[in-house]
Formats: sequence, C-alpha cells, structure tokens
Amino acid sequence: MNLAALTTAPQEEVARQMGVCNACRYCEGICAVFPAMELRRTFAGGDVDYLSNLCHNCGACYFDCQYAPPHPFAVNMPSAMAALREESYARHAWPPAAAHLFERNGLTITLALIIAVAIFIGGFVWASDPAALFASGLEAGAFYRVMPHNTMVAIFGGALAFAIFASIMGVMRFWRAAGPMPVTPTSLWRAFGDAAKLRYLDGGGMGCMTESERPSDRRKLYHHLTFYGFLLCFASTSTGTVFHYLLDWPAPYPWWTPVKIFGVLGGIGLTIGAGGLLIEGARKHPALNSNGDGGLGQAFIWTLLLLGTTGLILTVLRSTPAMGILLAIHLGVVFAFFVTMPYGKFVHGLYRTAALIRHAHEQAQIK
Amino acid sequence: MSRYDVLIAGGGNAALCAAIAATKGGASVCIIEAAPKDWRGGNTRHTRNCRIAHNESNGILTGPYPVDEFWDDLQRVTKGHTDEELALLTLEKSAELWDFLSDNGVHFQPSLGGTLSLGRTNAFFLGGGRSMLNALYITAEDMGVTIHYDTCISALEIENDFFTAAEATHNWQTDTPQKDRIEARSFVAAAGGFEANIEWLKEAWGPAAENFLIRGTPYNTGGVLRLLLDAGVQRVGEPDQCHAVAVDGRAPKFDGGIVTRLDCVPFGIVLNAQGQRFYDEGEDFWPKRYAIWGRLVAAQPEQIGHVLIDAKSFDLFMPSVFPPEKADTLEDLAAKIGLDPATTRASVNAFNAACIPGDFDHTIHDECHTVGLDPPKSHWARPLDTPPYYAYTLRPGITFTYMGVRVNRDARMVMTDGKASPNLFAAGEIMAGNILGQGYLAGIGMTIGSVFGRIAGEQAAKAVQN
Repeated sequence: MNLAALTTAPQEEVARQMGVCNACRYCEGICAVFPAMELRRTFAGGDVDYLSNLCHNCGACYFDCQYAPPHPFAVNMPSAMAALREESYARHAWPPAAAHLFERNGLTITLALIIAVAIFIGGFVWASDPAALFASGLEAGAFYRVMPHNTMVAIFGGALAFAIFASIMGVMRFWRAAGPMPVTPTSLWRAFGDAAKLRYLDGGGMGCMTESERPSDRRKLYHHLTFYGFLLCFASTSTGTVFHYLLDWPAPYPWWTPVKIFGVLGGIGLTIGAGGLLIEGARKHPALNSNGDGGLGQAFIWTLLLLGTTGLILTVLRSTPAMGILLAIHLGVVFAFFVTMPYGKFVHGLYRTAALIRHAHEQAQIK
Repeated sequence: MSRYDVLIAGGGNAALCAAIAATKGGASVCIIEAAPKDWRGGNTRHTRNCRIAHNESNGILTGPYPVDEFWDDLQRVTKGHTDEELALLTLEKSAELWDFLSDNGVHFQPSLGGTLSLGRTNAFFLGGGRSMLNALYITAEDMGVTIHYDTCISALEIENDFFTAAEATHNWQTDTPQKDRIEARSFVAAAGGFEANIEWLKEAWGPAAENFLIRGTPYNTGGVLRLLLDAGVQRVGEPDQCHAVAVDGRAPKFDGGIVTRLDCVPFGIVLNAQGQRFYDEGEDFWPKRYAIWGRLVAAQPEQIGHVLIDAKSFDLFMPSVFPPEKADTLEDLAAKIGLDPATTRASVNAFNAACIPGDFDHTIHDECHTVGLDPPKSHWARPLDTPPYYAYTLRPGITFTYMGVRVNRDARMVMTDGKASPNLFAAGEIMAGNILGQGYLAGIGMTIGSVFGRIAGEQAAKAVQN
C-alpha cells in the first residue's frame, strides 16, 4: 500500500508544520495538541487527523509563534488544523457518498432548511384541516391538532436515530484511522470533563486570541452559552416526552414545569451564544481562517440560532393565530438540523471529544 | 519633530521593560523599533525563558536557586570575564523578575518536554518569547507608550556626554524614507547586538563569518551601537565574543531560531570537510557542550561539520526540523554530503576499532569510550555499524554578540574618559558584555535584558525629573 498517496493535502500541510513545531515545542503549555505531538516523531494519516481534532482553535499558538508568516517556515497551526478538521469530517463521513455534503455545506444546510420547513407547512395543510395552521395554542393538545403526537415522535425519533447512527459511524471511522486504543472509564471521565469545561479553549490560561494577540474569553463564554443552551433544549424535549408518556400529561405546559424552564433558558442561551459566536467569527483575524473553509461553522451556527429563535418566538406567540405556522417553521428547522447533523459542523463536538478521550488515555499511559 | 521624556531604541524585552518602568516613573515614552510589527522584538521572539534567582520552589520553578549558586554558575562559564558588581546586581535583581513580568501580563509554564533540564533555574514563558513580548507590548500600549515600527535611529545628537535628540528614519526599508527629529530628555539604547551585520563580524572573524548563520533577527545590525561608540561611549567586550552554537547547516541565513538546533552530536562522530574528526563528541552532556560547538565548527575548513550516526541512535535525541540525509552504506552517505567516501570510511573504521565494549546509557556519563584515538570520544562511543546511516550538517549559528557599551549600576553609559553620561542609558544585548565577557548560561540574556531594562527605565525617568 502506498501510504504517501493516501495522504491528503491538508494532512501533508499539518504534518509539515508539525515537523517545525516538534523541533521547537515552545507552545507545549498552551493546549493538549503539543504534548500529544511530543509523543510522536512522524506525522501521517489518522494521527494528524487526531491531532487536528484535538485543536480547539483558540488561536494562541499562531500569535505566539516566531515561525508564523511572514517567516518562511509559515507555521499557522490553527488555520492548517481547521482545514484538516473539515476535510477529516468529510473523509470519515458515513455513508461515504455523503462526503460531498461537506462541500458548499452552507448551501446544503440552507436547502435542507427550506425544504424541511416547506414540507412541514405543506404537510400540515395537506394532512389536517388547513385552519389548524392558524389556530392558537392555548387549549390542551393544540400542538397535536396541527400534528398528531405519534406522527411527531415517529418523524423526529426516526430523523434523530438516523443522525445518531450516521454520526457514530463517522466518529468510529475517525477513531480507527488513528489506530487501536482502548476506551477506559478514566479517560472517558477526563475527556468529558475537559470537553464540558472547554479546558483547551483558553490559550493555556491567557485566553483565546481570535482578533489579535490581545486575549479574550468571549468565544469561550458564547460557546458555553450555545452548548449548554442546546443541552437545555434537549432536556426540555426529553422531559416533555416523559410528561407525555409516563405522566400522561400532554402539552402545553405551564411556565413552572421543567419542560418550559429548560426550553426557555435553553432557547435564550442558544440565541445569545450563537449570535455571539457569529459576531466573534466576523471579527476573526483573517490569518486564522482556513483555506478549505466550506462555511461549515457559519452554516451550523446559523442553524443553532434559528433553532433558538424559532423556539423562543413559538413560545411567546403560542396563543396567537401564528402558532400553527410558527410550529411548522420550528419543526422544519429541528428536522433539518437532525438530518444534517452528521454532515456539518455538529460533528466537531463528537470528533473533538473522541480526540480528548484518546489524548487522556495516551497521557495516562506515559505517566 | 516630536518630544518625549524618554526615547528608547529597540523593541525587545529590554526596551519594553525600560518603557514600562519609565512610564511607571512618570515619564512620557517613545519606542523606536526598526522591524515591522510582524518581526518586532529582536531576539526576544526566539527566546523561551529567563534565569532567575529564588530561594524556594513556587510550584512552577521546581526548587530553590539561590544567588550564590547562580553566581557560581556565572563564574564557571565566564571564567571570571565579568564585571562583578554588575553581575551580582543582575543576579540579585533577577529575583524580582517573576513578579515584575507577571504584573505586566507575562504568563509562565512548567518546563515540560524540552531536552534542557532547566525547570529549577529558569522561568519558562507560556507560549515562548513572542507570547511574552505580546504581553509586554499590550501593557506598554495600554500605558500610552508611543511605538514606531519600521523606524530606525539614523543619527544621535550628543554633546558633552549629554543626549538631546535623535534622528529617526521612518519606513527606512522603503523607497520613501522619512526623517524625523525626536527630542528627548533621556535616551535608552536597547537595540541589540550586531550579529546580523556580517561585514562587522568579518572584522573580527575574517572571511569565515560569511559562512555563519544568524539564529535570530536580521535587524540586529549594530547601527545604534556604532553611533554610540562614535559618540565617545566606552566599548566593552571583544568583537569576536558571542553566543555561538552549532546549528543545522541547512537553516535559513537569519531567524532560524530554536528549531535549527541539533542534539545528535554526542551520539555519533563529527567529521570536517576533509572527512576527519576534530573534537571529543562525548566530552559531556549536550546541554553543557552545545555552546562550544559553534566555535569548534567555525574553526574548521569551510566552517562546516557533518554528524554521522547510525540506526541505533536515531530516536535518542529531539527531532530535527530538516530530515537528515540517509543511506544504507557509509560510502553512499559520504557521497550525498560531499565527503570523500574512502576518507570517511577510514575515519569511521578508526573510530569503530577504538570503541571499547560497555553498557551504553545516554542519561549518565557512561563507560562507552574510545582507547588510543585522537581526539578521543569520552562517553557514548558506539561503533557506527547499523544501517541505515544518517548525516546532519553543522554550521556555526550566532545567537548574539557580546561587544557593547560599558554601563554602571544605574545602566548609565560610561564614556571613554570614564565619566558616566547624565542621560544615556543602555539595556539588553547592547550592554550584556558587561556581564558576559565570554561563555553563556541558558536564559541569562533575557535576565540581563529585563533587569537592566527596568533599571534603565527607572533611572531615565528619574533623570528627567532632575
């Protein structure tokens, strides 16, 4: 097998830069990438995929680097690793044919959103009384007159199950590419902790350097709001399902129920977080943008922003005749989010957590 | 024309420590940096730590390093070529640097995966010297220090040892340079050494200097040093004294920095251009010997050396930035690096025959040495007999020069008549020769820069008030 021919251009560029970094090592205190790099002397294939997904893109090593452009060694790890990350999501995607969905990802996701929303609106009109679209949602079961609960569960449960399956398949391909390694409870615990705290999104303690060499913690804050907002929304849906089936208590729910509290707080977090991330993205130093930028990050954040805002608007305007159409839009966004999950920036969380698990185990081995 | 209390030439560690200290002393400060912003900071951008005295471990520094021990280390490497008063002052004041730098935004980290075991004696900057510089620049900017990049000092107005103004040239590297007269009540020279000025190096080294690689900034051409010496400031140090190590011969002419270092010498043999060995490769641990190999290689024909190792040793040292030449026979390897195959074979055979069997251990001064060979290899001597064979090329790499201006303990420049100038100050490489007459201790360049930068800034601000 000709290994060199199997190496992709983004992998080669990361490997080239790693050759400089591994002879320097000044950045070893910044994040997990550099201690992981020091365990290696050569960089190829799945190893550089792994190292690149360990990178949290805090930007510090670029601004700290004496070999950053215009130096002829042209070391810019955040950009090279971002390009390889995006390429690695596509290369490991399942089914393999879906890799193309990562090219012009913004377009893919926009189309998915438009089609899903249109289908939900059209479906409501076709499947039930068109008047239900303009019904208000104050009385019990109003949502489910627009769309029967079992149908909702079947459609969304199916979409989510597919998304989870396809994502797991992708991550497993990524994991195997870097070589066999056991998953231990200790490394899982460590990695989840590091992921939950975004331990490596802080420039080693100084803060992210997104705009310039002046550190700032704003990206970390917005990411936390987005991630925990998302989890709260998920918790809201899950408790709703429990209420419905176990407590036999269908929607709508009063404001003091966990369904509502989680949902509203989550929606607010998601909206502010995603909005903030978009602003931070626009402020990013041009050198930190990756060459192969297929708009993955942007498309994903816009979807999250839509998830948050459509959910919040639906909650606020539930009692008006706009409820039906708002519900259709929100459900369309949720559905599009689910089906595109394995083929967009969403997978960064899974890849990065997998990389953190590998890193935790590797580091435990050498201690 | 513009006017400041304190004008500082240079934009590295010493300049910024001076700027911050002078601003804290109530002075208005202007920094003139010859490099563009991307290349600012002189050799500081290539550093990673400073050596500081301390009486106890602080969690990151792994143990005490009292002034006495620091002093012994300095005496050993300089062989007494040091101004004792200034050296002791530097070591004592180095104890304040951790707090001073931390207060001004610099973060430290434990020494982790490097090869130099400096975790006890040296404070490592998180992210390295450029990160440290960025932090100091941010502090200086926020304090209101004026900073001009792409600007060099083209003339100094000094009368009766008293500085009045400097001529600065903005955009000096372009076709449209602009001259600007800047008046100031004190002047701090923190503009580095002259190691990037090959012509000047040739005055001391002869044509051999053409083959030197400059590990750091191309902007240290000694312009300010020359102006000061011409204005009657006393010279200190010899022009051929410098921190010179053997680096990868394929490194760029300037700014190769740390990655051009090669740590493989103790594991193999080093041949000159004629295929002959010329020095004991296993005399001591590499961190204790790397600083003499620059001079050793500089003394060889064509200023070149070739390290030969075999497969047994390939994984024992830090990876190199450029891959080595590799071949399955010594003759092929010799041909690849331009050595005569027969002579190379003969040198290796002589070495192999002289190696006595023993337990190899690169972590101690092991028993593997040569017998009856000149020069000998005292440790880690194992026959080169396991292909593939590897070769690395060595060149002298100049880190910084020691010749500079004489100063007193207030960082005031001393004139040729022995009198101290009322308002000329110096800090960093340009005066490091007061303390480092010869030899080198890892991290002491930064220590001298920060300590004298602070002193120069404080005294320059005081001189303004008088």
